[in-house]
Amino acid sequence: MSKYTEDDLREELKTKEYEYGFYTDIESETFPIGLNEDIVRAISKKKEEPEWMTEWRLEAFKVWKEMTEPEWANVHYEKPDFQSIAYYSAPVAIDPNKTLDDVDPDLLAMYKKLGISVDEQKKMNNIAMDIVVDSVSVATTFKKTLAEKGIIFMSISEAIKEHPELVKKYLGTVVPQKDNFYAALNSAVFSDGSFCYIPKGVRCPMELSTYFRINQAGTGQFERTLVIADEGSYVSYLEGCTAPSRDENQLHAAVVELIALDDAEIKYSTVQNWFPGTAEGKGGVYNFVTKRGLCETNAKISWTQVETGSAVTWKYPSCVLKGDNSVGEFYSIAVTNNYQQADTGTKMIHLGKNTKSTIISKGISAGKSQNSYRGLVQISSRAENARNFSQCDSLLMGNECGAHTFPYIEAKNKSAQIEHEATTSKIGEDQIFYCNQRGIDTEKAIALIVNGFSKEVLNKLPMEFAVEAQKLLEISLEGSVG
Amino acid sequence: MLEIKDLHASVEGKGILRGINLEVKAGEVHAIMGPNGSGKSTLASVIAGKEEYEVEKGQILLNDEDIEELAAEERAHKGVFLSFQYPVEIPGVSVTNFIKTAINETRKSKGLDDMPAKDMLKMIREKAELLEIDRKFLSRSLNEGFSGGEKKRNEIFQMAMLEPKLAILDETDSGLDIDALRIVANGVNKLKSKDNAVIVITHYQRLLDHIVPDFVHVLYNGRIVKSGTKELAHELEEKGYDWIKEEVGA
Ligand SMILES: Nc1ncnc2c1ncn2[C@@H]1O[C@H](COP(=O)(O)OP(=O)(O)O)[C@@H](O)[C@H]1O
Ligand SMILES: [Mg+2]
Repeated sequence: MSKYTEDDLREELKTKEYEYGFYTDIESETFPIGLNEDIVRAISKKKEEPEWMTEWRLEAFKVWKEMTEPEWANVHYEKPDFQSIAYYSAPVAIDPNKTLDDVDPDLLAMYKKLGISVDEQKKMNNIAMDIVVDSVSVATTFKKTLAEKGIIFMSISEAIKEHPELVKKYLGTVVPQKDNFYAALNSAVFSDGSFCYIPKGVRCPMELSTYFRINQAGTGQFERTLVIADEGSYVSYLEGCTAPSRDENQLHAAVVELIALDDAEIKYSTVQNWFPGTAEGKGGVYNFVTKRGLCETNAKISWTQVETGSAVTWKYPSCVLKGDNSVGEFYSIAVTNNYQQADTGTKMIHLGKNTKSTIISKGISAGKSQNSYRGLVQISSRAENARNFSQCDSLLMGNECGAHTFPYIEAKNKSAQIEHEATTSKIGEDQIFYCNQRGIDTEKAIALIVNGFSKEVLNKLPMEFAVEAQKLLEISLEGSVG
Repeated sequence: MLEIKDLHASVEGKGILRGINLEVKAGEVHAIMGPNGSGKSTLASVIAGKEEYEVEKGQILLNDEDIEELAAEERAHKGVFLSFQYPVEIPGVSVTNFIKTAINETRKSKGLDDMPAKDMLKMIREKAELLEIDRKFLSRSLNEGFSGGEKKRNEIFQMAMLEPKLAILDETDSGLDIDALRIVANGVNKLKSKDNAVIVITHYQRLLDHIVPDFVHVLYNGRIVKSGTKELAHELEEKGYDWIKEEVGA
């Protein structure tokens, strides 16, 4: 009889190779490594930015120089040498008038390999995509359909030129330049990202989607996303990411700002599978991301994330519930395997009256990984009748991994109702045998159990994304059974 | 169908089965009875291929093939089904999704494509009806918060869906009230044919009134110490196991 023990399972998980580990040769133009005022100016110049934007970046750079990297997160890694990173890398010869058909066939082949051919996405999924490869937006689709509704969806560099009044008004209002070390760095050197504006009362008729990918060796990716939902509008936004496998660590420090004005709603979904490093813990992406949304009166922001990648993740999509009756939601699945470390969670800042927040966090740890949930629920003194419900569930595979929960609650108003639930479970041999007995092999059994565990969050994702996310969960947790 | 020869098995170094011999032919129903702790569930698990049980000696042949080297799922693909005494919970996985996965994985092992959704739905409807299972039940998480009776009925529902060659029912009657017992037994009888076989593990005569065995075996201390026909079950019901223990001891 073939024995399949927990040790085998662990062994197998370790040997799982990164599925998207390939590298496409696209000619890239990369700036010299290192960071100083000249580089910041050069980035701004390269992008033909107006003076105010250059100044804004320089201001951020000035604060950043004085800041130190945060150390409070439950992650341990060798700090990146910020002077050995190239801060700009663009596929050469970008023509703004280019359509999808003109896109580098190598690039398109790369997407195909990822199973996300842009063409297919375009045709089948009713998704408008803005693709950021190594920091520059290559193609934006569906622009016309969107334009008819007055929706602006373009790269942030274009927006800086075409809609400076909007960018100027909102950029840095939710995540200020000096917010934290990585946000300051991003503000100084961000290369590209997406910009989206939904006019008053408009329901965006399709999911908007951005695909991020780190392609060039030795570069950092610093994208900047700004989504503004004007009064009474609605938008669902998807963000996906992958990075080819590389032995050196790659830095990713993005900033996402969401602004939901009165009665508006923003759904922001992320599926992240940056390269997690090898089974021995070599290489992988450092993912230090600042994501925050601001809700005005009656507004709602939902963050949904499926995090399977990166060697080190540091990420807390948050909601500032400024307006009365506003709602913040955070649904998260974080998977760690091998030597991955994730410290992720959310902050719900209740400022307005009758504000409500929900947090559902599902952490899955395997291998020698460490998975931490860190959440802050803050109720200000004037937030009458604020309510929060938090649920943090951890699923462990094997005995060498760790799951940690750090819930912080600061309530300054007595009327607040705060509930917190937490569970930790292990995939049991009995569960696996039960599945095996019904003809389901161990690999599939784990996928089934993990999907069941994550269901409440998977259900929050748009259909097309949910399927991809399920596949990702399987990929990141399974190897091929002997 | 199934031939067990001088089977010895242990768990964590502790010998539990100490020389089991059993032959089950297609079309037959065998009952295995015996006091608690005598090794009935262990025998079922060893046949199904649970890894923590070590086979130390002997053979298990399924249709003349030694299945010792086969993993549990491979045995399942060959038509072995075990209705568990204690079915486990799998939170977030619906009964429907689970059975769909089980069927399609079994088909895949035979080189077949997934069962078309339409056929699957039809089959689910039929079998649910046979076992008087409510449609709502099928969307609940597998065994999570199920009553004892619901768990057992769900096991037999899965058996009906998977149409096994050899079904082992481990104390399927415990936790069932009289009506449920009748429904479940009725379901099992409908699925019985001359091409498959059933092993019923039970303490009580009452299930055997509905699923009538061709042979009854008494398992005690890891051995089959007595075999007979259905009359043996009646005798056990009346007299308990003490006389058997005495006989064996003598
Ligand atoms: N996984 C196990 N670990 C240790 N002992 C076990 C295990 N499974 C069964 N046993 C022991 O084996 C013996 C037989 O158990 P079991 O097969 O469940 O009996 P039955 O089903 O006849 O009541 C009991 O003494 C029981 O404690
Ligand atoms: Mg038993």
